Amino acid sequence: MNNRFRYIFVGFLLTFLSAWCGLVLLPVWGLGNFQQVPDPTTGEMIPPIMSPLEERGRDIYIANGCVYCHSQQVHPKRARNDVERGWGQRRTIAHDYMNQGKAQIGTMRTGPDLANIGVRNPSADWQLLHLYDPQITSRGSIMPPFRFLFERREVGAEGPSPKALQIPKQFSPPEGYDVVPTEEALALVAYLQSLKLSQYEVPNAEAARIDTEIE
Amino acid sequence: MTVEIQSEPVTPDEAEQRKQESIERRLEIDRAARWPVGIFIGSSLVWLLFGSLLAIAASIKMHDPEFLADNPWLTFGRVRPAHLNTVAYGWLSTAGIGIGLWILSRLCQVPIREQQSLTLAAVLWNLGNAVGTWGILRGDSTAVEWLEYPTYAAPFLLISFTFVMLAAFRMIRNRPPGHIYISQWYIMAGFVWLPALYFTAHGLLVLAPVQAPAQPPINWWYAHNVLGLWFTPIGLEAIYYLIPKIIGKPIHSYYLSIIGFWSLAFFYAWNGMHHLIGGPYPAWLITVSVVASIMMFIPVITVAINHHMTMVGNFRALRYSPTLRFVVFGAMSYTLVSFQGSITAIREVNYVTHFTHYTIAHSHLGAYAFASMVYFGAIYYIMPRLLEREWPSRWLIRFHFWPSAIGISIYFFILSWGGIVQGMAMNLSDTPFMEIVAATIPYLKWRTIGGTLMTIGHLSIFISFFWMVFDRRYRGAEPTLFSTKTPETPAPLPYP
Repeated sequence: MNNRFRYIFVGFLLTFLSAWCGLVLLPVWGLGNFQQVPDPTTGEMIPPIMSPLEERGRDIYIANGCVYCHSQQVHPKRARNDVERGWGQRRTIAHDYMNQGKAQIGTMRTGPDLANIGVRNPSADWQLLHLYDPQITSRGSIMPPFRFLFERREVGAEGPSPKALQIPKQFSPPEGYDVVPTEEALALVAYLQSLKLSQYEVPNAEAARIDTEIE
Repeated sequence: MTVEIQSEPVTPDEAEQRKQESIERRLEIDRAARWPVGIFIGSSLVWLLFGSLLAIAASIKMHDPEFLADNPWLTFGRVRPAHLNTVAYGWLSTAGIGIGLWILSRLCQVPIREQQSLTLAAVLWNLGNAVGTWGILRGDSTAVEWLEYPTYAAPFLLISFTFVMLAAFRMIRNRPPGHIYISQWYIMAGFVWLPALYFTAHGLLVLAPVQAPAQPPINWWYAHNVLGLWFTPIGLEAIYYLIPKIIGKPIHSYYLSIIGFWSLAFFYAWNGMHHLIGGPYPAWLITVSVVASIMMFIPVITVAINHHMTMVGNFRALRYSPTLRFVVFGAMSYTLVSFQGSITAIREVNYVTHFTHYTIAHSHLGAYAFASMVYFGAIYYIMPRLLEREWPSRWLIRFHFWPSAIGISIYFFILSWGGIVQGMAMNLSDTPFMEIVAATIPYLKWRTIGGTLMTIGHLSIFISFFWMVFDRRYRGAEPTLFSTKTPETPAPLPYP
C-alpha cells in the first residue's frame, strides 16, 4: 500500500468517526441512561416497569412486525395533529420509552399510532376480536388477520370455553366450534394495554434536559 | 485511470504489440475473477428473484389482507422485512461485492489470487442471508428496520466480509504505483464503511441493546448510511467506471470527482436523524441530519455534473449499448432521488410525507431505479468478460430493461402521489382514519402492478444469466447490443 492510499484510508476513517461520535456516541450518552421519576400527582414511579407478560407480548409484537404499519410516537402540534386525533395527551419524549427494552417507535402509519392505545382503547375483548379478524371491529381495514394466534376448538360436552371469543355470527366458525385466544394473543393484548406512553405528566427535569417543547 | 499521453510517435507495430499485451493482461485478470465474482453475481440474481416474490406477496397483502393470511411464516410483518433484507443483503450487497471486486481487480491490474477464500466468502455470505431470512420468517426478526436478521446470521456475514476486505486490500497494496482512480476510492470506502456500520448497529441494537430511547437514532443512522455509505459508493463507482469505458471518453472532471467523494463521505455519514422528525428527540439531533441532508446537494450536484457532462454528445450510444442504457438510467435516478431526499428532509415537507407510502416510493427510487439499475448494467458488462462468452439473446435484455424501467416508474410516481394524499389527509384531524386507508388502496394496487413488471424484468436477467452460463455454444465475437447497426465503434482507451 503506497502512502497516497494510506492518507485516503485515514480520511475514510475520520469522516466516518466524526459522524459516529455525533450520531451514535452522543445519543447513547444523552439518551441512554434515563431514570424513573415520581409522578408529580400520584407519587408513583414513572414510567412503570413492564411485567414479564407484557414483555412477552412485546416480543410477539416484534416477531410479527407490527412496527411496519404502526408507529408509537405522539407528535407535537407544530408537526401534526396527533393529540386532536386522540392518539395521546401530549407529545411523547425520550424519557417515556426508557422501560420499553426494545424501542418500537416506527416510521409508518398505514395503521393508527399505538403509543397510547392502552389509554385510548383498554378493552381486551375489542383487541382480541380485532386481532382475530380486523373486519369484525374495523370494517375496511387492511390489517391482516392474526388467526394463527387463536385456536379453533371443537366444543366438548362441557360446553364452550369461558375464554372463547364472542364473535358476531357472520365471522364465527361453524356450529360446534369456538375460538380461544392462545397465550401469545393474551400476552400481545396485555402489551397493547400497557402502552400508555403519552399519559403521564411530563417530569419537568426530563423535559428541560432534552430541550424539546412540550405540547 | 492512467490515460497515457504519448509524446513520442509510436510505430504501428509497437501499438499493435501494446494492444495485444493489454488484452492479454485483461484476460488474465478476468479469468482469475471468474469463479469468485461469478458466484457472487449468480447468487445475487437468485436472491433478487426470491426477494421480488416476497415483495409481490407483501404488496398484495396491503390491499388484500386475506392473501396468505393463515400461515404465521407469511404474515405481512414477516414477509415485508424478509423482502427488505433479501434484496438489501441478498441481492444488492452480494452483487455489489462481486461488481466491486471485479472493477477493483481491473483498475488495480492485479488478478484475484484468493479464489478459495473468496469462494468460501460467497458461500458464507449466502448462508448468512439464508439463515437470516429463515429467522425472520420463523419469527426471530429483530424488528430493527434494515437490521432484521437475527444475531445468529451476523457471524456468517461478518466473517465473509472479512475475506472480501482482505482480498480488496491486497489488490490495492499490489497495484502498480501511480494514480488511484475515483472508482477505487469508492470501492475501498464502501468495503470499510459497511462492516463498521453493521458492527456498530448490530452490537448496540441487537446484541447488547442500549436503553430504548437511544435505539432509534442509532437505527436510523445505520439504515440511512447503509444506503449512503455502501450501496451508493458501489453504484457510483460502477457509473464512474462504465460510462467512460463504453463511450470511450475520460470522465469530465477529475477534480469534481474528488470533491464529490469527500463531501459524500463527510455529509452522508451525518444523515439519518431526519427519519425521526417530530419524534421524541431533542431538536439539535434531528436538525444536524436535516442540515447534512441539505448539504448532500454538494456531492450530488458534483457527481451529476461529472456523469452527465461525460455523457453529453454520446446519447446515441444509449440506443445500442444495454449496459449504458441501464447505467445512465441509474445515474439520472441518482440525481433525482438525492434531490428528492434532501427536500424531503426539510421539516415542513416531512410533516406531510413522514409515516406515508411516499417514503417507501423514495427508498425504491434509490435502491431500485439507481442502485439496482446500475448493478444490472454492470452485470451485463462484466459477465461476457468473465465467461468469454456473449449474452444469448438481446431480446431478453430488452425484455429486462423495459419492464423494469416502466415498472419502477409506475411504482415511484403513483405511490409517491398516494403518499402525499395520505399525508395531507392524516394532517386533517377530522378525516376518519379508515377513510384515509380506503383512499390509499388504489395506489397500493398500482404498486402491485409496478412490482410485477419489475419481477418480469428480473426473470429475464435470471434466464439470460443461467442460459449464458450453461449453454457453452460459441455465440460470435460481437458484443450483444440492442441494435445491430452500431453507428461507430468507439476507440478503445488504453487504460485497464
